[in-house]
Amino acid sequence: MEKYTTFDSRIVPLANENVDTDQIIPARFLKGTDKAGLGDNLFSDWRYDADGTPRPEFILNRAEMKGRQILLAGDNFGCGSSREHAPWALTGYGFRAVISTSFADIFRNNSLKNGLLPIIVDRDTHQQLFSLTAEDPDTALTVDLSRQTLTLPDGRKVTFPIDSFSKACLLNGVDEIGYVLGMENEIAEFEARRAA
Amino acid sequence: MPQTLLEKIWNAHVVAQQPDSPAVLYIDLHLVHEVTSPQAFDGLRRRGVKLRRPDRTFATMDHGIPTHSRDLPIVDALAAKQIAQLETNAADFGITLYGLHQNTEKQGIVHVIGPELGLTQPGMTIVCGDSHTSTHGAFGALAFGIGTSEVEMVLATQCLLQRKPKTTQVRLDGSLRKGVGAKDIILGIIARYGIGAGTGSVFEYTGEAIRRLNMEERMTVCNMSIEGGARAGMIAPDDTTFQYVAGREFAPKGAAWDQAVAAWRRLPADEGAHYDGTLTLNADELTPMITYGTNPGMGMSVTGRVPDPAQIADVSQRNALSKALNYMALRPNQPLLGQPIDVVFIGSCTNSRISDLREAAALLKGRKVNPRVRVLVVPGSAQVKKQAEAEGLHIVFKEAGCEWREAGCSMCIAMNGDQLEPGQYAISTSNRNFEGRQGKGGRTFLASPLTAAASAVAGAVADVRTML
Ligand code: SF4
Repeated sequence: MEKYTTFDSRIVPLANENVDTDQIIPARFLKGTDKAGLGDNLFSDWRYDADGTPRPEFILNRAEMKGRQILLAGDNFGCGSSREHAPWALTGYGFRAVISTSFADIFRNNSLKNGLLPIIVDRDTHQQLFSLTAEDPDTALTVDLSRQTLTLPDGRKVTFPIDSFSKACLLNGVDEIGYVLGMENEIAEFEARRAA
Repeated sequence: MPQTLLEKIWNAHVVAQQPDSPAVLYIDLHLVHEVTSPQAFDGLRRRGVKLRRPDRTFATMDHGIPTHSRDLPIVDALAAKQIAQLETNAADFGITLYGLHQNTEKQGIVHVIGPELGLTQPGMTIVCGDSHTSTHGAFGALAFGIGTSEVEMVLATQCLLQRKPKTTQVRLDGSLRKGVGAKDIILGIIARYGIGAGTGSVFEYTGEAIRRLNMEERMTVCNMSIEGGARAGMIAPDDTTFQYVAGREFAPKGAAWDQAVAAWRRLPADEGAHYDGTLTLNADELTPMITYGTNPGMGMSVTGRVPDPAQIADVSQRNALSKALNYMALRPNQPLLGQPIDVVFIGSCTNSRISDLREAAALLKGRKVNPRVRVLVVPGSAQVKKQAEAEGLHIVFKEAGCEWREAGCSMCIAMNGDQLEPGQYAISTSNRNFEGRQGKGGRTFLASPLTAAASAVAGAVADVRTML
């Protein structure tokens, strides 16, 4: 995995609560056998009409949203299925961070393994960020994982929580599978102990 | 220190635990299906590593397979490719596959066949690349869904990096009334406590109303723990559990069985064990439940009225409800009873076991489905199908006017061509009513098999208690 670096980006606000993984990537797009191309179908049923025409009223279809790497989402983002296709679709589109007050557990895990940072903020900060983007849609934030901060345009910093292990894995681009593969001795001992 | 069920299982499976790091947790049983595994097997190939424990890994096909007929070729090229890919992966890595071309008599929805084959046992850690892995917790196992990267990790190492979750006790006292079942229990819990109630924790269901449930009912309750936000649901094993497991294909036999049961009897929480929180519900107060909105928490008694967004103080909740009612084309304060429906789906890992089909068939016997309504009955596994046919249930369904299908996920996830048309209303015994879940633009009411069968006859949302 690539190392997770500090970046600045403007924000795509999506106020809906409880956005489930069926909305992030509908099941009919899960028939692939690789990860490619999922970004085009991110939020497909909100983004396109039945005939595939982009719906102008959906936020992602506004020209100025292109290239934005931060999604500001409503409460309990990513609930529902365990499909890792959800973070693959989000990163495939170009997102590097999602901000919400809470995330569904499996979605959060899956995101961390794919270089997509789930940023949890408190209710007040969440409200403020939505207000800021409403006042100035070009509001940009700096996401600094090593300091665990979001920097607002006025220089104010908001810290966010992340466990130290996930943080280290993201910052150093650690391959978690490689890490556990390296514990072969412990695993074999555990198996031997249990068989005894 | 007194321990909970979760703590006992957790402590017995920690391979290594470094400070500030997640535990390396050993996995006893890994179930695999066609949709969330291809990229994981590719990962193994890229790394050049073997599958560590093929003997603890079992695969089936369920999400994308057709349920019309097993004789026809699969029309959907992508689904066909995914299925072929799983066949190749199972063969290359030496795992048992219950598929369309091999071991077909044991194929089925992954969460139906695990228990049915006796693979699912108390005290185990069980994972699958599917969120409804929570179903298996009904046996007193720690069972949860994982993503594809984690599937790859378990294939490669038989372990997962995990942090110990909290445990929330969900206690159900009292007893269920006639016409009210396991599905109503879990829909009732989620309607009362919300779809985020379990985030970060595991639900352990306790109380006399839970103890009285049979294993299939317990599976229905645990299945939808994920809809309450909990990654896993658990019920302490007891004689009901042991009787269900005994004699199944992969269950321990002989002296090993006695030893296993002795160990399983030590699993229930110790007196005074600490729970991080408790939610309660009185079974006596439960009625048949139905959802009206676009998440499983938007549920109510089938005789209730759709809530009015204007009455909700919280802005984002009000907006969410307005948006849901708009999608569902329902009016505030309208009753759902009598709301016409187009489709009834009886199936899914929530309600496709033999007892679910028996309940639905008992109601449909001697009755006819309203001719306006299309009814799909999709058994959860080939074995359930066989058992149902041995009991003549398929005849009851067909005579009533239902379609009798092959085993699979079918219209629960609408990946295989079984789907709603835009704007159609369905009563579904499945677990998710998200926008488009059962087909783009489709509108889902979640309910029990009894409510689904009663509504099929009425051609509209019905209160099964008036038909018993
Ligand atoms: S029946 Fe539905 S919920 Fe269950 S495993 Fe299949 S798709 Fe998932």
